[in-house]
Amino acid sequence: MKAAVVVFPGSNCDRDCKVALERSTAAQVSMVWHQETALPDGLDLIVLPGGFAYGDYLRCGAMAALSPVMSEVAAAAGRGVAVAGICNGFQILCEAGMLPGALLRNAALKYVCKPVDLDVVNSQTRFTAAFGARREATMTVGNGEGNFFADEETLDRLDGEGQVVFRYKHNPNGSSRSIAGIVNPAGNVLGLMPHPDRAFEADLGLADGALLFQSVMASA
Amino acid sequence: MKAVVHVFLKPGVLDVQGKAVENALHGLGWSNVDGVRVGRVITFDLGQDDRASAEADVKAMCDKLLANPVIESYRVDLDA
Repeated sequence: MKAAVVVFPGSNCDRDCKVALERSTAAQVSMVWHQETALPDGLDLIVLPGGFAYGDYLRCGAMAALSPVMSEVAAAAGRGVAVAGICNGFQILCEAGMLPGALLRNAALKYVCKPVDLDVVNSQTRFTAAFGARREATMTVGNGEGNFFADEETLDRLDGEGQVVFRYKHNPNGSSRSIAGIVNPAGNVLGLMPHPDRAFEADLGLADGALLFQSVMASA
Repeated sequence: MKAVVHVFLKPGVLDVQGKAVENALHGLGWSNVDGVRVGRVITFDLGQDDRASAEADVKAMCDKLLANPVIESYRVDLDA
């Protein structure tokens, strides 16, 4: 099992993602600089980590979405490779058009950093299968622009097609329909604002994030 | 030819920054102020003089990068 974490200038959770993957799965994890024009062979998972790629210039994720490596990430996703965008990574996937919607400033204009209780809305995805019968999870969020927005038609489609994967029990940032994480129609591209990479073992206080990494590596 | 691109959140999208500025203006005594929206202005020299081609180029720039059509609308002013 092989995974890659893409590193953009301004990523700050890239190491966290590598350690989280290594400790919660048997994956071999390589770090890929955003200027690369090729990804390692045989990847099962590509992670776009949290942080502030390009200082969130223009819009969060906008510049990173145009990085050379992103056309390779999109091509890999097209071949069915799992892609997970966490926090800033979610913003990048939306800006790249690989997921619908956009992330706006938090409704209360505040940076929110705390554990959040989530409903696991769809446990049939490649990213949530290991949750089994569990319908709840707790992870931490840390974002200033985590307010998911999409038009009503798109939101209806996401709900109707089972593309909403995680929902906040108590909406921390004004997200439409309390959405915390979604997948693309094919189910192999996930974007979520909560950080599984900050909640993957008991010593961190929260361990549910490990189930997400274990799910996706088991699906490989 | 110079371009001035004005980018704003679409009318249906809550502009929390605009709301905060509006509240601050109310606090300063301008209590009638309503509908504050905070946008972004991007200016640049196009390095070309043909208006039709400039219009097409700037539109493409806006659609690809300068604005996010999911949440933002834009207006372009071209100035020779």
